[in-house]
Amino acid sequence: MRSITIDPITRLEGHGKINIFLNEDGNVENAYLQIPELRGFEKFSQGRRAEDMPQITSRICGVCPVAHHFASAKALDSAFKVEPPPVAKKLRELMYMGYIIYDHILHFYFLGGPDFVVGPEAPPGKRNILGVIEKAGIDIGKEVIKHRAFGQRITAILGGKATHPVNCLPGGVSKGLNEVERKDILSMAESSREFARFSLQLLDDIVLKNKDYVELITKGPYQLRTYNMGLVDDRDRLNFYDGLIRVKDPSDGELVKFPVSDYKKEIAERVEKWSYMKFPYLKRVGWKGFSDGTGSGFYRVGPLGRLNASEGMATPLAQKEFDRFYSTLGGRPVHSTLAFHWARLIELLYAAERAVELASDGEITSDRIRNPVGEPGEGFGVVEAARGTLIHHYDVDELGLIKKANLIVATTNNAGAITMSVRDAAKGLIRNGNVTDGLLNKVEMAFRAYDPCFGCATHTMPGSMPLIANIYDKNEVLLRSIKRD
Amino acid sequence: MMEDFEPTVVAFLCNWCSYAGADLAGTSRLKYPSNIRSIRVMCSGRVDPIFILDALKEGIDGVLVAGCHPGDCHYQSGNYKTNRKIKLIKRLLSELNIEPDRVRFEYISASEGQKFATVVTEFVGRLKEMGPSPLKEACE
Amino acid sequence: MTGEKLKFAFYWAASCGGCEIAVLDMNEAILEVVSAADILFWPVAIDTKYSDVEAMEDGHIDVCFFNGAIRNSEQKELAHLLRKKSKVLVAFGSCAVTGGIPGLANLSSRKGVFETVYLDNASIENPDGTVPETSSRVKEGELTIPEFFDTVDTLDQTVEVDYYLPGCPPPTALIMNAINAILSGELPPKGSVIAPARSVCDECRFEKSEKRITKIKRIYEVEELEDRCLLEQGIICMGPATRGGCGAPCLEANMPCTGCGGPTPNSLDQGGKMISALASVLGIDSEAVSSDKEVEAMLDRLIDPVGTFYKYGLPSALIKRRVMKE
Ligand code: SF4
Ligand code: SF4
Ligand code: SF4
Ligand code: FES
Repeated sequence: MRSITIDPITRLEGHGKINIFLNEDGNVENAYLQIPELRGFEKFSQGRRAEDMPQITSRICGVCPVAHHFASAKALDSAFKVEPPPVAKKLRELMYMGYIIYDHILHFYFLGGPDFVVGPEAPPGKRNILGVIEKAGIDIGKEVIKHRAFGQRITAILGGKATHPVNCLPGGVSKGLNEVERKDILSMAESSREFARFSLQLLDDIVLKNKDYVELITKGPYQLRTYNMGLVDDRDRLNFYDGLIRVKDPSDGELVKFPVSDYKKEIAERVEKWSYMKFPYLKRVGWKGFSDGTGSGFYRVGPLGRLNASEGMATPLAQKEFDRFYSTLGGRPVHSTLAFHWARLIELLYAAERAVELASDGEITSDRIRNPVGEPGEGFGVVEAARGTLIHHYDVDELGLIKKANLIVATTNNAGAITMSVRDAAKGLIRNGNVTDGLLNKVEMAFRAYDPCFGCATHTMPGSMPLIANIYDKNEVLLRSIKRD
Repeated sequence: MMEDFEPTVVAFLCNWCSYAGADLAGTSRLKYPSNIRSIRVMCSGRVDPIFILDALKEGIDGVLVAGCHPGDCHYQSGNYKTNRKIKLIKRLLSELNIEPDRVRFEYISASEGQKFATVVTEFVGRLKEMGPSPLKEACE
Repeated sequence: MTGEKLKFAFYWAASCGGCEIAVLDMNEAILEVVSAADILFWPVAIDTKYSDVEAMEDGHIDVCFFNGAIRNSEQKELAHLLRKKSKVLVAFGSCAVTGGIPGLANLSSRKGVFETVYLDNASIENPDGTVPETSSRVKEGELTIPEFFDTVDTLDQTVEVDYYLPGCPPPTALIMNAINAILSGELPPKGSVIAPARSVCDECRFEKSEKRITKIKRIYEVEELEDRCLLEQGIICMGPATRGGCGAPCLEANMPCTGCGGPTPNSLDQGGKMISALASVLGIDSEAVSSDKEVEAMLDRLIDPVGTFYKYGLPSALIKRRVMKE
């Protein structure tokens, strides 16, 4: 049997690797997504001071440190039985919106978006931020850099540092907001809201007005019927910072809605010998191997998962886009993997709108930012990281030390779905042993849409990633090596 | 346990008291194990925790620090500080799974030759019971 | 400098990606760097393949910035390869310099990590006790993953390192300094840490006066922080044992320094230094009258000294791991 190894960051460097096996006829037999890295946070969190966890776990991922910081802080609120004061919650959510603005811009313009903006057939050398600037113009490039930096600055003002913030502790935050900072954040948020609208317009002009692209999104080999998961508020609208975890089935029915403290009842993780990453699935549905559909417990998280799992957006402009999204793509839910990109921009708009709301709130500069904690115990925390639902679960002993920690990170939730998306894209695109460079780009697009962050930080970041496919005959002799340049 | 194991011990001795105490033990021909390498310091307060960690890292089996009795330190409070340092180091060691008893602090005056001999004898006996430092292999 | 452009490379090992983001956080300034130097290898942004690096002549890369600790066989191989191909190798960020937070895994072993991650936690369904294997056969063929090491190493425990840029992540200003120094050819002597020779306390906004405490407190126990040195309020702050250069942003946010800048200049061991600092402020008021028991009771409040003193640097500590007993 021949096998192809797509090693996105090449075999030795890789933090994510795809193996595609061909059968005797040269068609795809199976595909495996392997995560070659593990750091072991769940182990070395044991014995640490509970209050250190928001800062320790942020080091799981330097791309989404804020998500871990907050999931951890919320798990500590729960473990220490304390509700942060309303202002502290608002400050946290505002900071969180800064993070979503930064991260979604990073992904859309630097990482995944180039596939669309520059085009899936464009040479890889062009499929990066520079290619985007070339196509959209240098002024836009500057706006991209500026608004990504805005997101980081909002986080840094509130969190002390943008990468690896420090402000969260059980019961609230360590730093309030003064009037000067509030105004500063408000103007950055307003500017980001306009930038989000502009980005949606750009997507319209370049992608949605192009029939081929729309076809690729709605037909193509990029469809995957799975369950969808995301946090929702009390009216089932999408929320990043708080709420219940909602799961909808592949035909849009609600499977279950549960508080994070019930996660063990709903989610199980499976271990495979060939990867360091675990594969979560819905317990109610069960493990059916790597297959999609209603009978298989795989689900998707992240922008598309969230939109599908909710009934709408809590801000007006984003709600309009939400409606347009579903009417354009043929109703709910949307199963097209490539629709993640569009969903991401709708969320960017929401985050900016919500940031404007919060920064306009007169109460937010109050200094009641912490509440006293109770006796420690078991705690659960959940947020929607840019890439999906993120769960922290701690057992804290009476000294305030971590006895046990369990973390289900965003990309891990998508592990099964990504593997299948890649396999299916490969099946649709590789025929009779005909493996071309362009085809491999498209396979790669299937997983890049998820903005995967392997091991929650395995840096599948670049818009243009090196890609090598090695084709072996059944005796494992290298027949051909395709490099994408 | 190990019959023929002879632990290596480093002793940091305060010049004003414990070092003189050790001297006295010597001149009085008191018997105590010869496993000990003495280093004279001007005050037990001069003993940086880093010296101790470094000695352990190098595979030394035990570290003894001795200073003037409470109230007698020539620099006021070097001995109190060192007492706290050593207690902190012991806590660090036990978290690292290294027997905290490998580090010991004692007040020994210039006239306590006998105490010096007893402390060293006891300490070496205790180290023999514990066996060689686990760091001999653990840190390559 | 000759007229030729310098050749840079960036690489990550066991890292979180935050070091890469810190480079991106230079924002427009990064364009200047790109105009002054060719970036030959930067998996995060530039499309160069591993095989291309292998094909380079030895010493072809002028400066390689390497972030992340050495946690598995693949990272170790890459460290050796990049060392060979680079004239100057810079350990970039706490993980590469001192082991970083992933280095806390040295309190355990491979076996312990595998047990906790794959066998014994709240959401695992693993009746067969499956754990990842470096080589495994699936029905279509063989799949391999790198070997997970027992102990985390720093970069300079793996290969020779020329310069160090600490911080988690390194502060953008220090990154720019280092790059400017390289571009202008004004590098300090080999082996230098490219960061100021002062402690975080020297950069901290809080006033220090009393230098004495009677009780260690946890940050969440202190309901109203006073506007003065946190250590003097009883909160463990690593400032005195930590190299500055960051501008003390954690203190700006009313949180203690947790030590990401690594040991202060000329200090061999960050924890040793912190023990000295703590021993000289804790309980000094009552030292002449305190019994040993009272001193111990004070120290009982310091839980997890290793995780507190070596949060970012256990692999580079004098005693770099917990002794594992079977
Ligand atoms: S030093 Fe800090 S920011 Fe850099 S890779 Fe390590 S954990 Fe991430
Ligand atoms: S100990 Fe901490 S709070 Fe005190 S001066 Fe130093 S850095 Fe500032
Ligand atoms: S204050 Fe301490 S923990 Fe914070 S950035 Fe500076 S060195 Fe790192
Ligand atoms: S002078 Fe002897 S302990 Fe200080």
